[in-house]
Formats: sequence, structure tokens, C-alpha cells
Amino acid sequence: MGDVILQINDLTVEFNMYDGRFSRAPLRVIDALSMTVRAGEVLAVAGSSGSGKSLLAHAILGLLPGNASAGGEMLFKGEPLTPERIRKLRGSEIALVPQSVSYLDPLMRVGAQVAGADRSGGAKLAMKSIFERFALSEETERLYPFQLSGGMARRVLVSTAAISGAELIIADEPTPGMTLEQAVEALRVFRELADEGRAVVLITHDVDLACAFADRIAVFYAGTTVETASAEEFRAGESALRHPYSRALWRALPQNGFEPIPGRQPYAGSLPDGCLFAPRCPMATDECRSGRIPMRELRGGEVRCIHAT
Amino acid sequence: MAEMNMRRRSALLGAIILILLAAVYAAGALMPDAAFAPDFSSSRLAPSLDHLFGTDWLGRDLLARTVKGLSVSITVGVVASLVSAVIAALVGVASAMGSRRVDAAVAWLIDLVMGVPHTILVVLISFACGRGMTGLIIGISATHWTSLARVIRAEVMQLREREFVAVSRSLGKSGPWILVNHMLPHIVPQFVVGLVLMFPHAILHEAAVSFLGFGLPPEQPAIGIILSESMSYISSGMWWPAVFPGAALVCIVLLFDRLGDSLKTLLDPYSAHE
Amino acid sequence: MSRTAIEIKTKLLLKKSAGYLLRAVTLLIAVSIAAFALVSVSPVDPVQQYVLAAGGVSAEQRAELEEYWGVNDPPVQRYVNWLASLLHGELGDSLIYRRPVADIVAERFLNSLALMGLSWVMSGVIGFVLGCIMGAKRGKLADRVLKKLCLVLSSLPTFWVGLIFLMVFSVQLGWFPVGFSTPIGALSSEVTVLQRLHHMILPAFTLSFVSFASIALHTREKLIAALESDYALFARARGESERSVIMRHGLRNIMLPAVTLQFASFSELFGGSVFVENVFSYQGLGSAVAEAGLNSDVPLLLAVTLVSALFVFAGNAVADAIYGIVDPRVREGADG
Repeated sequence: MGDVILQINDLTVEFNMYDGRFSRAPLRVIDALSMTVRAGEVLAVAGSSGSGKSLLAHAILGLLPGNASAGGEMLFKGEPLTPERIRKLRGSEIALVPQSVSYLDPLMRVGAQVAGADRSGGAKLAMKSIFERFALSEETERLYPFQLSGGMARRVLVSTAAISGAELIIADEPTPGMTLEQAVEALRVFRELADEGRAVVLITHDVDLACAFADRIAVFYAGTTVETASAEEFRAGESALRHPYSRALWRALPQNGFEPIPGRQPYAGSLPDGCLFAPRCPMATDECRSGRIPMRELRGGEVRCIHAT
Repeated sequence: MAEMNMRRRSALLGAIILILLAAVYAAGALMPDAAFAPDFSSSRLAPSLDHLFGTDWLGRDLLARTVKGLSVSITVGVVASLVSAVIAALVGVASAMGSRRVDAAVAWLIDLVMGVPHTILVVLISFACGRGMTGLIIGISATHWTSLARVIRAEVMQLREREFVAVSRSLGKSGPWILVNHMLPHIVPQFVVGLVLMFPHAILHEAAVSFLGFGLPPEQPAIGIILSESMSYISSGMWWPAVFPGAALVCIVLLFDRLGDSLKTLLDPYSAHE
Repeated sequence: MSRTAIEIKTKLLLKKSAGYLLRAVTLLIAVSIAAFALVSVSPVDPVQQYVLAAGGVSAEQRAELEEYWGVNDPPVQRYVNWLASLLHGELGDSLIYRRPVADIVAERFLNSLALMGLSWVMSGVIGFVLGCIMGAKRGKLADRVLKKLCLVLSSLPTFWVGLIFLMVFSVQLGWFPVGFSTPIGALSSEVTVLQRLHHMILPAFTLSFVSFASIALHTREKLIAALESDYALFARARGESERSVIMRHGLRNIMLPAVTLQFASFSELFGGSVFVENVFSYQGLGSAVAEAGLNSDVPLLLAVTLVSALFVFAGNAVADAIYGIVDPRVREGADG
């Protein structure tokens, strides 16, 4: 197993709600989130939309909006990620692959954007080889973002991360709006990047694709992780999983019965006391409803449930 | 809670401004002409406790003239804005509810009005009316309705697509019935905000056109006329006839501006959440 | 691009130009009808005014004037006659200046153009720079102070600003001459460019003073939107500094709307010039329109109206065209 690239301990993200001159209690969107990513592996962070997954990406990059603040500890190669350090690492050691073409400057040609602010010839050369690798024709350089097809745009966005040579790549929902073939193709690229020795965090709502390409899957629910399991365990089925939400997610997959999860994910600001999943959990007992449940190690993975075995 | 506070603050501020403006208006409207009668024994006096704004070359008290002028400006501004807003509402609704041809005609009319600088148009209209108050009001009304008309047209167009309107239509309700029962409640806030936001522009326009000599006759105490007269005395070092009446005008305009903002906050549920 | 693509583009361009020409013509006709109708309903009798201004004319001259104005013709006939002579390039004689209106308009329009041009550049540059500063420092003290200032500035009446500037800079400080676009008594051929500029700076600054505030506020909004956009976030994620994000992406994305807006504001520019020229006794179209209106110089009034409409139309057309040329989404949209 490779070195630990990114370690997150007890991350919290809060929004300060200002209203005129009156401030309200801060809104906690990510709470007690911990995870570890190693070189050479793809860690998928999977969960339904609206669970704050994108904020996780922005928090790691130090790009939260002005009214948000992050707490807890983030270590990059063992050293704390201070705001100064993250500013130096962004784009060189840590790269983001954003969600959509709207993250490209609409008025700048693709080539200039992929090569980046660095105007040396090296960047240009690197771009040529990367474009070749992703089957992007030379003409692509001269196009504007609006002229890219969906699949091309995706490959252009990935190529920005590949060109950076970053050791940590954070891909934020890279597959929505793609055909299955395109999505598989995109994820294969991330797999390759990981196989080259980089660490990839794949933020996605698509558990199926995550199972196919990731090494481990962190299940994200209402602002925190509830389980970390290997992809094999997810493929093996319900009984190999630890948390009731992971199992429910598994059962909700089309090939496993398409069974919807009753109830709905609580909103930040109105989270239940105790286990966040308790209101929807068939196994919930009174014990689950008081006090936050800590993450604990179980069968080689991690789980945030007192009943899990 | 905080939202309530913000709205309440807006309401309070709006009320204070309204009272202030009403006081200025009343003071001017009720003021006897004697208050700014010529008095040659005290001409060209610099500002003092007796004459806060000083006196002009005829010895008229400039504070009294200014207040009187402001009340005239407020009258013209309010009347012209009202006329303009009504035009905007009629044109906007007609454009949205009428046939494609009506809509095209309205768009063309707006292009025409926007196609000539407003000052030129007001000068032309004032010329057509033989100058004076009527020409001024018509001129300002005729040039200020276009943007509100567009807003109202867009609002009605949007409402037309809404479900409750479609349901009413399928129930066989007539166009006018739908307009009154479903659309009016949505248009009225837009109308009121648009109207109030028009006041400062209309007042500025009144002063500006009077300044050029196209508004009220020279013997009337309009702000534009006071400022126009003050031009002749600037080079002789008489600064007060230009400074104070102009500053007073700016204050009134800013107050109307603020009033519009307050009203906007109060009437628009979305702005309350901003 | 293939040959046929170029042909298609040329065709499109021609079609667009023809469309503009058609719109310009219909607009001018409409403006001329409206303006003519307005001066026709005026209680002021142009012949009487002319006679008064001339201090008495002979019976033949009077008949000639009535013939020229077609006092006895129905209004439509009068309009058609006026339009016909207009198309022949005859704008009539000015009542106040006793010279062909065409000459006066040409001469004064150049003066006004110089004034408006200078002010246009000033307000554009000052407004854009201020807006960028506010946008870059959004939420900070500098931004809040400048924003308040701009809001107040944008509700100042042009003519009052002119009066105050005249008082402070010309009368008190003596930096600039009091009034007139050229030194009094000098022949126009003797006036140097520098002198002209000296007479023009204060009026031009006054004229720009009123509009740069709104440009600054607009630029501020656009820059803030750009800096909070997805592409700005991604640029930061790729290691670009805040400065680089503003210079490389912010400016690129707000420049076009700013320039377009500046061209689309010709109407306010012309309107403002009327007041500025009056305050500073600047010999341009703006002061001509006030004189023409006050002295019932109908031929001059109509001519200035048409010129002003054409000027506004030109600004809007340029704004449209710039989008087509500069914005790649419009320019290359066809073959994307």
C-alpha cells in the first residue's frame, strides 16, 4: 500500500448566517468527517446529492465561500494544510477536476486554459502529449469551451489535472450528463492516474461506477461519512457491508432490487440528535438517539453505528 | 426574527422620509408669496442667521424661494411620475395581453422614445405646449414610462404562463376577469415600486428642464430657475445661490431614492431575504 | 474555414447591415414625423417668429416664408415638402443665426463630438477602474465607501455639478477659463488644439462625472459575479493568485459588457451634453438645441433632433456589432 497522501481528521464546515447585523447560529454542513487517501488508490466518496459532498472538495482546496469556515485537521503528506500551504499546493500538488464545463472561462481558448497561467514552452509540450493521450485533437486547443461536446469537455477538464502532475486529484462529480460509455471512459482515466501512483478522491453519487473503479468507498450521509468499505465488499453484497445506510444504498441499486430508502436525508440545521440515520433506520434503538456516534474500526473497515457487526 | 427587524426598519425609515418630504412640500405650498418678496434693502446678502441661504440680487430670501421651489418640483415630479406609471401600466398590459401586432407596435414605440435623448424630447414637447407647467409634465411623463412598461409586460407575460391562470382560462373566465383577479395583485407591487423609483428622476428632470428655460416661467420660484439665475452671479463671487438650492434639491432627490428602496424592501418578499 | 463558410458569413453580414440600414431609416422617419408633429401643434407661429427676429420683412419675403413653411398647406403636405427638401440636403435657414442650418449643425456637431468623445473616454476609464477596485475589494471598507459615493454621485444633477465646478475650478482657483469653447475674440483658425483642450477639460469632466458612477457600479457587479463564478473558483483551484484570477479571467469577462454599455449610453451622453454646454457656454449642438427651443428656431430644432436620434442609433448599432465581433460565442457560434 502507498504512502498516506491526505488525512482528514474531524473536519467540520460551517456557514455563518448573517442577516443584516444579526448573526444566527452557524450552520454546520460537514461534521466530524475523517478519511485517509493513499498514493495509488481511488477513494470514492459516495452519497446522494445534497449531502455536502462538493463542499468537501472545496474545503480540501481551501476554496470555501467567504461566509464558510472549516475546522478540524487536514494533513497533506503528514504536514498540516494551512491556508498558506494550500495556496502553494493548489494546482501543483493538489488538483481539482470540476463538475462541468462552466468551470472553464467561457471567453478563453481551451489551449490557453489547459496550459494555465504558466507561459513557458514546457506547459505547451506537456499539453500536446496529454491531449494525445486523451484523444483530443490538436484543434481542440483553439476551441472555446462552448464549442466542446460533453465528452470532450470532460476530457479537457481531466487533462488539466493530468498536466499538473499533482499527487492528489479530487474529482467532483465527474460523470453526470455523460453516457455510460463516456462515464466508464472518464473513470478509467482516473483509475490510470491512480495506477501511476497518484491518490484520487472521486466524489460521486453513482455507487455502481464507484464500485467498478474505486479501491475503497466512503459512504457519505448528511455531512459526514458513515462507513468506509472496500469496493469488493460493495460488490460482494449487502451482508459484507457494515452500516444500515450502506446496505440501503446497495439495495437501492437497480440490479439489487431498486428498493427505495424510506424517508429522506435530513437538512443541515435540522439534524436529529444522535445517529443521523436513526429516523430512517430499521435497527434504531433508544441508544442511537442520544449523543453522536463515533467512527469505529470493524472488519478491516470503519463504521459509525453501534449495532454494526 | 432578523428578517422582521429589517422590514420594520425599512418601514420606519420610509415613514420618517415620507413625513420629512410632506413637511417640505407643505411648507412650500402654504408659504405666502410675501416670504420671498423682493427687498432691495437686503439684496445680495451672504448666508446669515437671518437668511440661512442668503438673498439673491433682488433681495429675495433664498431659503424661502428654495422651499417653495422644492414643493413645486415635488408636485411636478409626483404628478409626472403618476401619469408616466399609468402609461407604463396600460402599455405594458396591452403589450402582454394584446395581439402580436400590438406587442410589436409597443416595442417599436419604446424604441422610438428611447431613440431620442430625453432632454431633446422634453424640449420638443415643451415647445409644442408653448412651455409652462403642462408641457413640462407631459414631457417628463412621456419620457419616463418605458422601463416600467417593460417590467410590467414581462410580469404579465410570466403570469400568463402560470397554472392558476391556465386553470381560470379553461374554466371559461374572460381575459379581463383574469386580469383583475389574478394579475392585478401581482402587478400592483411592481407598479408602486416603479412609481416611487421614478420620483427622483422626474424631480431631477423638472429642475433640469426648468434650468434650460423650458419649464416654469421665470417669475416662478423653481429650483431650476434659481440655479439658472445664479449662473450670472458666479463670476462676481456670489456662490450661495448656486450651492444651497442645488444641495437642497440633491437632498430631496436622495430622500426619494431612499424612500423607493425602503418601499422595495417592504413590498418585495424576496428582497426581505437578501 | 472553407470557402462556402466565408460566403455564408459574408451573406449574413450583408443581411445584417441591410437590416440595420432599414431600421435606421424607419427610425429616422418616425422621429421626423413625431418631431414635425410636435413643432406643428406648437402655438408658436414660425413665420411670425421669423418676422419678429428679422425686425420686419417685406410683403414678398413674407409670402416667400409662408410658401417655405407652407402655412396654408395641410400638415401632411407640409411634412412631405419638408422631408423632400431634407432629402435634397436643404435643412433651411436658422432663425437665430441667419445661416443654413446644415452649416451650423455640422460645425457644432464637431464641437460636441469632441466634448462628448473626451468625456466618454474619461467616464469609461474612470468608471471601469473604480468598478474594478470595488469588485476586487468587495465587502471591504474601500468598496463600501466607494459604493456609497457612487450611489450619491449618480443622483447629482449634471447642471448643478457643472455650476459647482465652474465656481470652484474656474472662478475660485482660476485653473480653467469661464465659458466658451474657444477664447473670446479669437478667430477659429488661430485657436490652438491646446487652447481648445483647455476649454474642454472642465466641461468634459463634468459630463463624465455624472455617468462614471453608474459605470463603476455596473462594473463592480459584473466583476463580483465573475469572481464568484465557477471558472474563477477553478482558476484558484489550479493555483492562480487572486490577482491572476482578476487579470486573466475577471477583466476578460467584464470588458465586453462594459464597452457595450458605454456605447449604448449615447442617449444619456447627448442629453447630458445639453446641460454641460449650457453651463459652460460651450458652442455645441447641446447649447444650440436650448437656444433653438427658446427662440423658436424650428429648422434648427428639427435638425438637432434628427442628428441626436442618428447619434443614439449609431451607438446602439456599434454596441450590437461589437458583440458580434468580439464575443466568440456569437462570432464562432455558427461553426461550433
